[in-house]
Amino acid sequence: MMASSYNAKDEDGHLPGSVGSGGPGAVKSKKPDNTAFKQQRLPAWQPILTAGTVLPAFFMIGLIFIPIGIGLLVTSNNIKEFEIDYTGVDMSSPCFSCSQNYSWNSTSACTCSVPFTLDQPFESNVFMYYGLSNFYQNHRRYVKSRDDSQLNGDKSSLLNPSKECEPYRTSDKKSIAPCGAIANSLFNDTLELFYNHPNGSKITIHLEKTGIAWWTDKHVKFRNPGGNNNNLSSVFRDTSKPVNWHKPVYELDPSDPDNNGFVNEDFIVWMRTAALPTFRKLYRIIQKKKDNMTPTLPPGNYSLEVTYNYPVRSFDGRKRMILSTISWMGGKNPFLGIAYITVGSVCFFLGVVLLIIHHKYGNRNNSADIPN
Amino acid sequence: MALRWLWMLVPWRGDWNPRSKSPGQEEERHVRANDRDYNERFSYADNHIKTAKYNVFTFLPINLFEQFQRFANAYFLVLLILQLIPEISSLSWFTTIVPLVLVLAITAVKDATDDYFRHKSDQQVNTRQSQVLIKGKLQNEKWMNVRVGDIIKLENNQFVAADLLLLSSSEPYGLCYIETAELDGETNLKVRQALTVTSDLGDDVAKLADFNGEVICEPPNNKLDKFTGTLFWKDNKYPLDNEKMLLRGCVLRNTEWCFGLVIFAGLQTKLMQNCGRTKLKRTSIDKLMNTLVLWIFGFLICMGIILAIGNTIWEQKVGSNFWEYLQWKELTISAVFSGFLTFWSYVIILNTVVPISLYVSVEVLRLGHSYFINWDRRMYYSRKATPAEARTTTLNEELGQVEFIFSDKTGTLTQNIMVFNKCSINGKTYGDVYDEFGHKVDITEKTPCVDFSFNPLMDRKFRFHDSSLVEAIKLEEPLVQEFFRLLALCHTIMPEERNEGELVYQAQSPDEGALVTAARNFGFVFRSRTPETITLYEMGQAVTYQLLAILDFNNVRKRMSVIVRNPKGQLKLYSKGADTILFDRLDPSNEELMFTTSEHLNEFAGEGLRTLALAYKDLDEDVFDEWMKKLLFASTALENREEKLGALYEEIEQGMMLLGATAIEDKLQEGVPETIACLTLANIKIWVLTGDKLETAMNIGYSCNMLRDDMNEVFIISGHTMVEVRQELRMAKERIMGPGKDKFSSGLDMEKTELYSSDSVFEETIIAEYALIINGHSLAHALEADLEQILVDVACLCKTVICCRVTPLQKALVVELIKRHKRAVTLAIGDGANDVSMIKTAHIGVGISGQEGMQAVLASDYSFAQFRYLQRLLLVHGRWSYHRMCNFLCYFFYKNFAFTLVHFWYGFLCGFSAQTVYDQWFITLFNIVYTSLPVLAMGLFDQDVNEQYSLRYPNLYRPGQLNQLFNKRKFFTCTLQGAFAVTIATSLVIVVSAQIGLDTNYWTAVNHFFIWGSLAVYFAILFAMHSDGIFTIFPNQFPFIGTARNSLNQKIVWLVILLTTVVCIMPMVAVRFIKADLYPTHTDKVRLLQQASRRQGPQEQNFRRVRRTSSRRSAYAFAHQQGYGELITSGKNMKVPTASTSTYPLSSPARGNSVVKNSVVSGTTDAAETNSTGFRRESDQNQEVTVEDLEAR
Repeated sequence: MMASSYNAKDEDGHLPGSVGSGGPGAVKSKKPDNTAFKQQRLPAWQPILTAGTVLPAFFMIGLIFIPIGIGLLVTSNNIKEFEIDYTGVDMSSPCFSCSQNYSWNSTSACTCSVPFTLDQPFESNVFMYYGLSNFYQNHRRYVKSRDDSQLNGDKSSLLNPSKECEPYRTSDKKSIAPCGAIANSLFNDTLELFYNHPNGSKITIHLEKTGIAWWTDKHVKFRNPGGNNNNLSSVFRDTSKPVNWHKPVYELDPSDPDNNGFVNEDFIVWMRTAALPTFRKLYRIIQKKKDNMTPTLPPGNYSLEVTYNYPVRSFDGRKRMILSTISWMGGKNPFLGIAYITVGSVCFFLGVVLLIIHHKYGNRNNSADIPN
Repeated sequence: MALRWLWMLVPWRGDWNPRSKSPGQEEERHVRANDRDYNERFSYADNHIKTAKYNVFTFLPINLFEQFQRFANAYFLVLLILQLIPEISSLSWFTTIVPLVLVLAITAVKDATDDYFRHKSDQQVNTRQSQVLIKGKLQNEKWMNVRVGDIIKLENNQFVAADLLLLSSSEPYGLCYIETAELDGETNLKVRQALTVTSDLGDDVAKLADFNGEVICEPPNNKLDKFTGTLFWKDNKYPLDNEKMLLRGCVLRNTEWCFGLVIFAGLQTKLMQNCGRTKLKRTSIDKLMNTLVLWIFGFLICMGIILAIGNTIWEQKVGSNFWEYLQWKELTISAVFSGFLTFWSYVIILNTVVPISLYVSVEVLRLGHSYFINWDRRMYYSRKATPAEARTTTLNEELGQVEFIFSDKTGTLTQNIMVFNKCSINGKTYGDVYDEFGHKVDITEKTPCVDFSFNPLMDRKFRFHDSSLVEAIKLEEPLVQEFFRLLALCHTIMPEERNEGELVYQAQSPDEGALVTAARNFGFVFRSRTPETITLYEMGQAVTYQLLAILDFNNVRKRMSVIVRNPKGQLKLYSKGADTILFDRLDPSNEELMFTTSEHLNEFAGEGLRTLALAYKDLDEDVFDEWMKKLLFASTALENREEKLGALYEEIEQGMMLLGATAIEDKLQEGVPETIACLTLANIKIWVLTGDKLETAMNIGYSCNMLRDDMNEVFIISGHTMVEVRQELRMAKERIMGPGKDKFSSGLDMEKTELYSSDSVFEETIIAEYALIINGHSLAHALEADLEQILVDVACLCKTVICCRVTPLQKALVVELIKRHKRAVTLAIGDGANDVSMIKTAHIGVGISGQEGMQAVLASDYSFAQFRYLQRLLLVHGRWSYHRMCNFLCYFFYKNFAFTLVHFWYGFLCGFSAQTVYDQWFITLFNIVYTSLPVLAMGLFDQDVNEQYSLRYPNLYRPGQLNQLFNKRKFFTCTLQGAFAVTIATSLVIVVSAQIGLDTNYWTAVNHFFIWGSLAVYFAILFAMHSDGIFTIFPNQFPFIGTARNSLNQKIVWLVILLTTVVCIMPMVAVRFIKADLYPTHTDKVRLLQQASRRQGPQEQNFRRVRRTSSRRSAYAFAHQQGYGELITSGKNMKVPTASTSTYPLSSPARGNSVVKNSVVSGTTDAAETNSTGFRRESDQNQEVTVEDLEAR
């Protein structure tokens, strides 16, 4: 028998009889089926990294990424952002005295006023954030210390919250609503903004307090128990307020029943824990003026009135207030643009280097010298 | 089918172990026949066999216990327990329990199925019927009720139920025949003979019932060929030996009935004692994986400790200040305690570096690869309807790393079929086929065969292609007739005619069978014989010859003769034997014929055929009478009888007339030389380990192209003492290394020698090819501790190693030697029971299936019908498996590191609190759903190089042998890459998907489906889990409502994903490109070639043609013919293959020495080795036979 012929024979040369007998009901042969799958001959695309594909890919990435990066950087630079630290660490800080006698228990509010100046006008909607530093909202014990079904308005969870909430589960033998460490540590500073008009008058800037939470959170995830029962105080009758809170949950925003109780947007925003220990959370929105002619925040002197309730000094925390406009890419973020430009250039550069290497040393004719 | 699938899924083979019940105490066995009360005092094992491990009640606890002994299972159990502690639990318990339960359940089902089948087979064996003599009557009893001391009756073709002492049989002299194929793989019949005193009992039940002999014998042991005992009966002592024993597992043949006394029963029978424990084989990747898992585990502990320390410090420095927001009772104890708890929390979180899905996935892959082997049509042997079978599913990737192949000869390389192929009668050759132009035609399957229908007694399986011989027969040419008459008369075969015309020859050697069968088909049918006569049917006419003398074969004479008187009253001496011997004893008138014939003989030998010369002599009545008297006198001589007989034989075998010569082909299996050549190119060393004689082995070596005429030197080691063997090995080494270079004694360590051989000798070994042939008795010395080092050195410097006359045990020892010294993956391939030990010892055992015995197959890991499939198994399946598994593991570790290390980095940001970055559903599903299928698809379908190229470039096999594709370095690269690719959630899924895209070389529809499908599934699940609906149902489990919607709505998120993907992928692309561009591996090159050839479709045809013309077959043929021609012109005679047969070692000392200078090949060597009949016999029967083998029948 010829040496090389037996492969070919076995491949297609199964005995003619066995082909015919393949019909249904025929005796089952032990011969494996001749399907592309079983014989591992599935049609396939077999890409290889060659100079022809890799180098253009690198150049393409370079050429695409650099413009994107430039675009991002320009957009980011057009975003105006202003940040002010009002923690009151320094003696000179207006909030220094407030920060000194902080306590959760203090009943009398301490207020301070921080002046600042905007050099540039803020157009369009301005977003007002509060920022905390060194605050570990991402600590495991903290993160899990909540009861989502209680927050979703579940009656039984309201009176009997999850064990995860410990040690903020009950106080005075009453269940806490909302329970848990996250709720307990709700940010409770009140920030107000005033524009010091050059003519000396102090104009209150209207701060929109709704629309700052995700729609899904406000309408699906968080719900007051008892549905649309407006009498929240009766709903929460058998519960106790979180230990650190000054007022119970149904008094978070007594003026607006849609923003009270668990569906209070400040509360919802707080309950979405931050991933990093330094974070900012949306506090208010300053709507742009209707006439669209004057900027939302014209340049000039402003003052930030703080009702200082939230102690952060104990853990070296900082509190900030941030004003920012946004664009399609969200807030100010020069890093992304820079990163795009860098990656794009690196890719392009790599492309060039690889091209040189390939040209100089590469084996373009390397199929010829395969042994055997 | 489903069950089968399940148990194949699980890696470890059932390793049940039939332990005998503490045989240590028993020092002597007393058995009294027909006295159960007496025998029961010793509480011998009964004939009940239990191989099953569990019963219904013990299954769960025992099985679970066994399963939790596996490291991985125990690890996940511990994790599960940790997760139940709320202070520690950083992940929900379901992340672990789901996969764990799955794995445990699959394994348990597999074990249960296995055990069920064992129960069934036990049951089947235990309930077999046998006739037991109870209370003077023969009663049918189940096997399990047979007791030691019972007398049982066996009938023809029955299995022997226990180890019996043969008492009597239907045959005269208490003889009985047994077939021991189940025990030792030998298919020829063996004779057992009862003691005369007991055989007189006959089948008289009453006498047998009265028989009260007592046997005192050795305790149960596993020596199949030894038995010592004594029978005490009627105040007499009779010694007992193995020749009187019928062992369990034998089959009674040609004997109507026999009676036996049960000596050993059940688990104490020799067969059961020989049931070797099936060793659990693990691949090197497996071992590496285990090491790596341990390392990873260590790494995990390290990370845990770092993070725990971080936690302690953090709690002290920062956390204590954060107290107001984060009260925690336990923390009041101490920060160190918090750190301690954090450690465990992190162990849980980071457990995904050693994902349980790794083990499951690896098993799935291997199972898939096994199925591909089972499904391969090119490894299906249609003639025997035998597909290839992967009997072990755990070794596939190791098939891609084999460095040494140990092959049996008979039945593996050869078909064990001797074919009368050619002959030379009176100076004319027959057997070649010529076309109309007078050119020789290659004989293939399609060549028309000679029609023997004129002969009603023909053997239908016999094929002969040259019709001129039949014509000569039909023309009644006297010499042609005499030629076949000789073949029909001069032999020692026993005929058996079951039905009219259905002749079966019981031949001691297959060569003789082939010759007599040839004579039969050509019209000289050997029909029957008696001690004094031989009856032939010559062209349909019964002719009876008187057989006057058989001048038997031995290794010195190398010939046998018969003296017969034909019906006409003429006295004739017919002789056949080695040409060199016969030519010396011819009548001088034969010189011319002798010359022609010897030319033909050279021609035959050049084709690798075994040859015999035939001669006859007319005897004178007076001379014969005279001689006969002397013979009778000599045969009664007390001294030097052998010598005197030899001298007498010599005297009459003189002046013979040459008739011609025969050529017998020891048929190789199809494609063997090509396969060997191809595997050699793949740098796999092939060693032949055979029980056959030196000459036969060498002959096969030549015809397999393992030995070639152009080899520099063939070393033959056949010393009988340690010193001689050492001397021979040293000399061989010196010759290879060159004189004076050999400064290395056997004591030197391997590395040095290898180093040495790799630089200075390396080139020489490339050019110079050596072969080593070592005899069994020399091997015994060489395998001793002193010499094994030099043996390994020499053997590894040689291209070809052939060990002949080795026992099954030695086969295993040789394999063991290489395993120990070379750290290489070994593969043993064989077909018979004598290969079982070797098959079990080697890393991979391959059995040739479709043959008579099943032992080898049952002990093997892979089985197929033809040796040549090995090429495909290794070069295609093995290579792919290895490649796939390596890529799979690399990717898997990469993926899990990328996935898990995020938590490590995040630990620094979240106060080391073991907070997870992802939601736990993502963690649960990441490995199982989001990323498992693409990598599985790659692991199953990837082909870096397609099968044609795999076979065409055997060099591609090299990386596997060098362990290049997955090793510790590779592992670190993968993990580093993983550490680099730390990204979050969505972009992680995309990055790992892109990476698998990059890793996949062979994108089938399935790959596309899985990769894109996984991404789609990811997003689907993501949105589903973050949807309103599922939140309203389980608010606590799915708190991430709306996250996906809200975040993926933002363009910047997509920009970030794009950026991270590119950042994570591009460096790898660059590195790979540079590697492939600057230092392309063979694989890269072949892939390029493959791609190029695919683009230009027609070129492939071209390639094929090129390949065909340069096919190795023709190269092999050329090489042989060239060498042959050279020899002719140089005037020398042919080398060793010229003269070698299996039965009659014909090579003369002079010839042997002309080739093999430093060795002693001589008749004396073989005379000492071969018993006088030239019977092939495995001397060592002490081999492992598993019960399954026996009970499978």
